[in-house]
Amino acid sequence: MSMADIYLDNNATTMVDPLVVEAMLPYFTEQFGNPSSMHSFGNKVGRAIKQAREQVQILLGAEHDSEIIFTSCGTESDSTAILSSLKAQPERREIIITQVEHPAVLTLCEYLEKDGYTIHRMKVDSKGRLDLDVYRRLLSDRVAIVSVMWANNETGTLFPVLEMAELARAAGVMFHTDAVQAVGKVPIDLKNSAVDMLSVSGHKLHAPKGIGVLYLRRGTRFRPLLRGGHQERGRRAGTENAASIAGLGRAAELAMENLAYESTAVKTMRDHLEEGILGVVPNAFVTGDLDNRLPNTSNIAFEYIEGEAILMLLNRAGIAASSGSACTSGSLEPSHVMQAMGIPYTAAHGTVRFSLSRYNTTEEIEGVIRAVPPVVAQLRKLSPYWGEDSPVADPEKVFAPTYS
Amino acid sequence: MWDYSEKVKEHFFNPRNAGAITDANAVGEVGSISCGDALRLTLKVDAETTIILDAGFETFGCGSAIASSSALTEIVKGKSLDEALKISNQDIADFLDGLPPEKMHCSVMGREALQAAIANYRGEEWQDKHEEGALVCKCFAISDAMIEETVRSNDLRTVEDVTNYTKAGGGCSSCHEAIEGILTRVLAEQGEVFHVQAPPAEAQPVAASRDSTMTNLQRIRRIETVIESIRPQLQVDNGDVELVEVDGNTVYVNMSGACSGCQVISMTLGGIQQRLMEELGEFIKVVPASQMSQLARAGI
Repeated sequence: MSMADIYLDNNATTMVDPLVVEAMLPYFTEQFGNPSSMHSFGNKVGRAIKQAREQVQILLGAEHDSEIIFTSCGTESDSTAILSSLKAQPERREIIITQVEHPAVLTLCEYLEKDGYTIHRMKVDSKGRLDLDVYRRLLSDRVAIVSVMWANNETGTLFPVLEMAELARAAGVMFHTDAVQAVGKVPIDLKNSAVDMLSVSGHKLHAPKGIGVLYLRRGTRFRPLLRGGHQERGRRAGTENAASIAGLGRAAELAMENLAYESTAVKTMRDHLEEGILGVVPNAFVTGDLDNRLPNTSNIAFEYIEGEAILMLLNRAGIAASSGSACTSGSLEPSHVMQAMGIPYTAAHGTVRFSLSRYNTTEEIEGVIRAVPPVVAQLRKLSPYWGEDSPVADPEKVFAPTYS
Repeated sequence: MWDYSEKVKEHFFNPRNAGAITDANAVGEVGSISCGDALRLTLKVDAETTIILDAGFETFGCGSAIASSSALTEIVKGKSLDEALKISNQDIADFLDGLPPEKMHCSVMGREALQAAIANYRGEEWQDKHEEGALVCKCFAISDAMIEETVRSNDLRTVEDVTNYTKAGGGCSSCHEAIEGILTRVLAEQGEVFHVQAPPAEAQPVAASRDSTMTNLQRIRRIETVIESIRPQLQVDNGDVELVEVDGNTVYVNMSGACSGCQVISMTLGGIQQRLMEELGEFIKVVPASQMSQLARAGI
């Protein structure tokens, strides 16, 4: 990787901001104390954690800093929230999620299904949108928790979580949202919402990997996942990851400062990228809800070619992105998100997600706009579905391999 | 990103024989668009000699699918159809200096396209014997379809059974939960319940005493025959076994090639031991020849 490489995979993970690294360094060296200790070694570390908690509180618009629980990652926060709701309300045996949740929620729910829980997986339409009438009908006193992501990681599509949380509250049901893609990209004001729990992942907002947050509204019935020490007021035992907590605090502060930049400058670059590619490449389209999505995410389906091959050629051109193809994950089917939206296989395997950050530049975007068309053309030349400069007539009939 | 060999990358970035050949007289189309890999292979076959004069591919698929297609066309050119039919998917993978376990199906697709094209040339109907399944055991590239099929046809009961029959779960063991899941599901369909401690699939086929009519020479020849019959299976995985000594109930063997130092050598030895016990009807212990002197000293 050279410095010239263009990183457009920020929904996977982000670069740690140099200011964040700076904020963390003392906690690897002289500030090594355990915040639980009575002596001065631990004391300063304890103060740093307190400061970070307040910085995260501000970013989330939480009413109290004690509503912020530091965890190891977004997945831990998701598991803690869902399992807590089941432990606290053993008589409630149903969970409402969507078909397009992150595996952190989907796989856990599949596992819970084996234990006899009923999982309602709400469908999405071709743009990835939910039907709130269906949701209203699912809410009942049998439901332990609703867990719906704030924004989808693949398409950036935003869900109406604030409205859904109000509906859940009115029905007496707990509401959790996996907001790892939304925090730092869209404004969040939890004190004026009905959200009970919310998951944050540090490495999605320029903090390091291995640190996350579970927001837990004061008064929400809670059962910890990890029991042991009194850390995080006994709600998440285990010695604090002090350096990463300090880093996340600083990252939250920087995210707050850059929030407007995300929805203006970053969004402008994203839109320019889309127009630049779609203006030149035929048989390509953007997936998701175009009018209601994260400002940094663009998911483009290139028909009749496969995503991993696109990524390998882009990577050679110094461009990093990701794909919803089966091959990039080693699974047998393309992304569950693309399937839920009914994207045909010939396009779903060719989806490429470009996700920007505040570190990208217009020059980089221009470079990507130049690099993508020849990559697509090169692979289409190999594709049995592609003719001279357009798909063969009736592609699915002309090429119908055995056991398809 | 996958850990592709340089050869895979080279064949992906610079594919050989890309595109359909215009005067093809054999076409094979295989793959699964739902899985994201499909291939059309076109061949030009000399009617006199059945030598493949030219080959071309069109592939919808990932980096290793394109590289496997390219490799396939390079391998088959100049071969007669009968020679070409002997090409295994492992040959394609070897040509590319190996493929990640999750990507071995790309080489399988290549071999099947070749079979389909040859069947097409000969006017035969190609039967797909392909099993499509999600990879469960990544150490040995065993899919859920393969495990399920083996569990059903052999009435398997435990993870250990599955490992003995398919190798799945014999490596790092992280797929044992998934294997238990398959056993639970298949057994439930048969109205049974999965028990971790269930007895093995079939009683150990160990006869009370050996066939006393056999002479020592006959017995050793029999052992030799069994070991000879096992060798081809090991050679497929680039391994081999050689009989060194028979001492009472203990059979000493040398494992070589990919088998020596293989993490499941004890399992392979277990398999040989099982076969010998079945064939000879007596208890046999198979031990690596390297332990011969130690055991002799210890008086075992």
